Formats: sequence, structure tokens, C-alpha cells
Amino acid sequence: MTANEGWMIAGMMAVTFGIRYFLFALADRIRMAPWIEGSLKFIPPAVLTAITLPAVLLPKGDWQVSFSNPYLVAAIAATAAGILTRNLLATIAIGLAAFFAYRFVL
Amino acid sequence: MNRPESVQKQEFLSGARGTFPLLLGALPFGLIYGAVAATSGLSMAAAMAMSALVFAGSAQFIAVGLVAAHTPVAIIVLTTFIVNLRHMLYSATLLPYLKNLPQKWRIPLAFWLTDETFAVTVHRFQKNDSSAGKHWYQLGSSIAMYLNWQFWCFLGLVLGNRIPDAQSWGLDVAMPVTFIGMIIPFVKTFPMVVCVLTAGAAALLTLAMPYKLGIVVSAIAGIAAGLMAQRIVNARKGALQR
Repeated sequence: MTANEGWMIAGMMAVTFGIRYFLFALADRIRMAPWIEGSLKFIPPAVLTAITLPAVLLPKGDWQVSFSNPYLVAAIAATAAGILTRNLLATIAIGLAAFFAYRFVL
Repeated sequence: MNRPESVQKQEFLSGARGTFPLLLGALPFGLIYGAVAATSGLSMAAAMAMSALVFAGSAQFIAVGLVAAHTPVAIIVLTTFIVNLRHMLYSATLLPYLKNLPQKWRIPLAFWLTDETFAVTVHRFQKNDSSAGKHWYQLGSSIAMYLNWQFWCFLGLVLGNRIPDAQSWGLDVAMPVTFIGMIIPFVKTFPMVVCVLTAGAAALLTLAMPYKLGIVVSAIAGIAAGLMAQRIVNARKGALQR
């Protein structure tokens, strides 16, 4: 490992742990406003959607809104599977199967 | 009645079990991370140290991509900070359940806090039972995620030199598909639908923002829209009851 790599990892570790630990460290001294507490349940779906939608519609960094985009086909299959089965593993399996079937078989 | 140790063990094991589908979801990421790191110019020791010490999948991917593009260390650290800001939102959510634990619990649980462990654990904490060992559930989920990630990253690194172009296989599709499976159980109410649609639309409108900043901005837009929709729904309910 080079010194440069060492600094990079130390820096990444410090900011990542810092972010994760900051609120836990202050736990005793923080009281949250009711509206903040009410907003917490929206955080995970909002963040996950903001990461996922661009990854599906612009898989290689360019817009690909058509059925020739296998990432979009997989996402549609996974969404349908998720709504119907309510099972995470089945959703992943059907999404991946749709992707590879579309990409390598059709 | 159960002895406390057996409750703790039970919670720990059911945390690990509850995380199982997400372990499978992380498998291809770990392999791809290893494979991509192997070809990025990063040394094997550094790539493994990153998995062991940083332990943040999407930040690791982005860092490896930046290393390959000869980006300065300071920019890589800043990008990591921004990409991982969402974890502060996670720890804010878990805070009410963990704030009475001693630091020897809070430090490791913070270090191991990932999207996956958060998604699984928050459902456990929100269940209306009086178990005093729910943090053991989070510990079980955390350790399962950690060991799983180290194993697949290592295997990906070892195989990386033999599979020269893992990303062209399209294994990166595992990420959106896994996330879709994680989003759907949340979307049960009208405000949640508004939140998700707003966050998605905002993510597409903020693509031009640098350093993945659009993700943070879009999440905040989605949360605000969800809160407003909640307020409208509550006001209507109040009007009907009067």
C-alpha cells in the first residue's frame, strides 16, 4: 500500500465513521422537533429512489428511456415482482432473471 | 420465561437471518467491487483495507472509479463525505432507539451502519413488542453484512485479474433491482407515494449537479413533499371528524 492510498483510506474512514457516529455521540444532548421526527420515515425511500431512478434511466450516464434498455426492463420486472410478491429475494431474483434473459437470450 | 442471554442470542440470530436476502443482494456488488478495484490501479491491500475500514459500498465504488481517473485524495474524501451524508439521516432515525445504550454499543453500531442494516433494523425497532434486546438484532445484522462484504470483496479481488471486464457483464444491475425491492415495502400510504415520486423526479432534474450532490437535494425534496402531503391528509381527516 502506498502512502497516498493510506491517506485516502484514513480520510474516507474518518468522514464515513464521523457521519455515522455524529448523532449517536450526541444522543443524550439532542431533542428532536416533532416535525423532524415525523420526517424520518420518509428518508429511506426518498434516498433509495434518488439513487435508483437515474441508475435505471441513465445506466451508462446517457438517457435510455426505451425497451432496448435492459436496466429499465429489469427495473419494471422487479417493480411488478415486488408489488405482487412483497418478497425482497423474489424481487431481486426476478429482476436479475429479466435482465439476463433480455440481454443474453432475446 | 426466557433468560436475558437467550433473548439476546435469539435477537442476534434473527437479525442475521432477517438480513439474509440483503446478503445475497450485496454478493454481486462485493464481487464487482473487488473485480473493478483489481483493475483500477489500487493495490490489493488498499482495496481490502477500504472494505474493512470504510465499509460503505457505494462510496467504495465511486472511490475506485476516481482512483482509476487519477483524482486527488482530497476530492475522493470529499466525495465520500457527500455520498455518505445519507447515513446521518439513518442514524437520526435510529437515534430514539439507541440513545440510552452505552458508547461501547453506539460506536460499533455506528461503524457498521449501512443501507441494508438500516432498512432491516428500522422495521425491527418499529415493531410494537417490548423486547429489551432489539440492539442485538442490529448487531446480528451488522456482523452478517460485514463478514459477507469482506468475503465477496476478497473473492472479487482474487478473481478480478481473471475476469477482465466484469462490469460489461451487466452485474451492476443488481444495485437498482435490490433497491427497488427495498423501496416497495415503504410505499403504502399516499404521502409516501408523493415522497417517492418527488424524490425520483428531483433526482432526474438534478443530474447536472456535481459530486452526486443531486442525491442529497432530491432526498430532501422528497421528504419535504411527503411531509406536506401528510399535513394535507391529516387536515382532511380532522375536517371529516368535526
